[in-house]
Amino acid sequence: MNELTKLLDKKSDNLLSIFFTAGFPTLDSTTGVLLSFQDAGVDFVEVGIPYSDPLADGPVIQQTSTVAIRNGMTMDLLFTQLERLKGKLRTPLILMGYLNPVLQYGVEDFCKKARDAGVSGVILPDLPMHEYTSQYKKLFRDYGLHFVFLITPSTKEDRIREIDRESTAFIYAVSTASTTGSANDNAREQKLAYLKRLKEMRLSHPVVVGFGIHDRVTLQDAWDHASGAIIGTAYLQLLAKTSDEQKAIHELINSISKQ
Amino acid sequence: MNSHPDNLGYYGTFGGAYIPELLYDNVEELRNAYLKIMGTDSYRSELASLLKDYVGRPTPLFYAANLSEKYGTKIYLKREDLCHTGAHKLNNVVGQALLAKRMGKKHIIAETGAGQHGVATATVCALLKLPCTVFMGKKDTQRQELNVLRMNMLGAEVIPVTSGSQTLKDATNDAIRYWINHPDNTYYLIGSTIGPHPYPDLVARLQAVISQEMMSQLLEKEGRKDPDYVIACVGGGSNAAGAFFHFIGNGTTKLIGAEASGEGIHSGKTAATISIGSEGILHGTRTILMQTSDGQVEEAHSISAGLDYPGIGPLHAWLHKSKQALYLPVTDDEAMQAALSLTRMEGIIPALESAHALAILDKQTFKPSDVVVISLSGRGDKDMVSFQHYFA
Repeated sequence: MNELTKLLDKKSDNLLSIFFTAGFPTLDSTTGVLLSFQDAGVDFVEVGIPYSDPLADGPVIQQTSTVAIRNGMTMDLLFTQLERLKGKLRTPLILMGYLNPVLQYGVEDFCKKARDAGVSGVILPDLPMHEYTSQYKKLFRDYGLHFVFLITPSTKEDRIREIDRESTAFIYAVSTASTTGSANDNAREQKLAYLKRLKEMRLSHPVVVGFGIHDRVTLQDAWDHASGAIIGTAYLQLLAKTSDEQKAIHELINSISKQ
Repeated sequence: MNSHPDNLGYYGTFGGAYIPELLYDNVEELRNAYLKIMGTDSYRSELASLLKDYVGRPTPLFYAANLSEKYGTKIYLKREDLCHTGAHKLNNVVGQALLAKRMGKKHIIAETGAGQHGVATATVCALLKLPCTVFMGKKDTQRQELNVLRMNMLGAEVIPVTSGSQTLKDATNDAIRYWINHPDNTYYLIGSTIGPHPYPDLVARLQAVISQEMMSQLLEKEGRKDPDYVIACVGGGSNAAGAFFHFIGNGTTKLIGAEASGEGIHSGKTAATISIGSEGILHGTRTILMQTSDGQVEEAHSISAGLDYPGIGPLHAWLHKSKQALYLPVTDDEAMQAALSLTRMEGIIPALESAHALAILDKQTFKPSDVVVISLSGRGDKDMVSFQHYFA
């Protein structure tokens, strides 16, 4: 059974997810990073497939992606690395990347390999809902993969409802109108109002908040007003600094746990 | 005539809007506004007036007698190089800037490679009193310092882009990222027939004035409005889109796009997207692009900075696939020789981009009765240093 489905069946609040770029800082880092997340009790993981032109990402993830590609990271290698963790890793995995590398790989081959590697779901920010539902939805469902949509503070209510209907796991709420990694704490009031508005919509899927989660306050805000939080840039910055996946995850957990 | 995409922005299988949800509202706002605004009398008359008195349209259709004699056919040059700021780029910028104003936008952003679109945007923003920010790859700001100075003098802010390959594709990425981060009052003024729907259609419509004028000028000079050939260079493809626009699907005109093959299509230093590219997504549109087998976008190379782009507009991808237009690669060397040849034969120094179109004359055979129109998209002043180095 899909690991993410299992997780969401038994846990619906205080979810903690971490995003990292596969193949960063070294080609072989992927497996060590994933196991360190499992040891630290991370609920689910987003595995970033590096792409040369990541439009929705800020400078940190652009840079980690550039390094990972230079290290030689490819889709095939990523699937091989994930295959090797089967049996050792129980943390649910979501692949997050951009559409073009998936198209080149072949969408059906991608889905098949992802399923075989134990992946639970996929996030492709530049595959819009209409193109997904008209061209790819059946494939993803056939292979038992969740497809996760993003919403933003400017997404209108009827579109959020449509996304809720098309979703199967959770909805990824981008906290502010921004690329990843922009820590604009001044907009906190606006963000809280947005999360409150989402809560009042009583959506049928849990809302998990990402973009700009980097400390205790931003994490607690997400936990208080939604079902969970996704941390990406803040973790990658620590990983880049320490080059040690154990240290990086411990420092991150410390920084978000301290009052 | 089949020059327009369907309502989702598809030309056949190409086009669409493959954008993150973060951009959905911005793009949707533009999609809902552009045809409505462009159809109003006030927009049309203001655009017509600026095109005439500010851009300098209609541009002449010049019968190139010496070139015609050499190739044994009738060759006309559509003199877009005589537009204000020296290229066809201004046609699009004027139209989009008027659109932005009517949409209530307060700040214009643009990407630029060599700086021509950046200069055109800075120019119109000065005229219309709109603050302007131009994203330009750091490498390009160094290679094209003069254009940076021009933009600064015109009052625009130039932001050197340090991500990725530090060239046009990365400048485009950073302009899009800025738009994501500043959605409220910002208008993103794209310089070519690229990007998510509606940009390819919007830019093609604004450049269509080129083929519109050709028709009436040919009617006067040749007694018929459809030429036998239209030849234009293709980077993103805006001048070619404009030069082809009214002739697409007319059954008589052969459309030829000249793409930059740099040091040769298999040299690893090329921008010949159609020759060596494959289908995929670039900058929000489904098109043909240069990419690795793993789907990473490759860097383009051409001696002409304006053609140095690893993709091509979706209209051209579709014209190619449906065999409605022919795209031929032209090397740096061929373009250089064609530029020199036009300069010596007709007393016109062409932009290196346009020289790629001129080089097609050596690759095709024409009948004496053929009417061949070449889009002379820009003037060569900006390329004098490249010419000097090459011919030294």
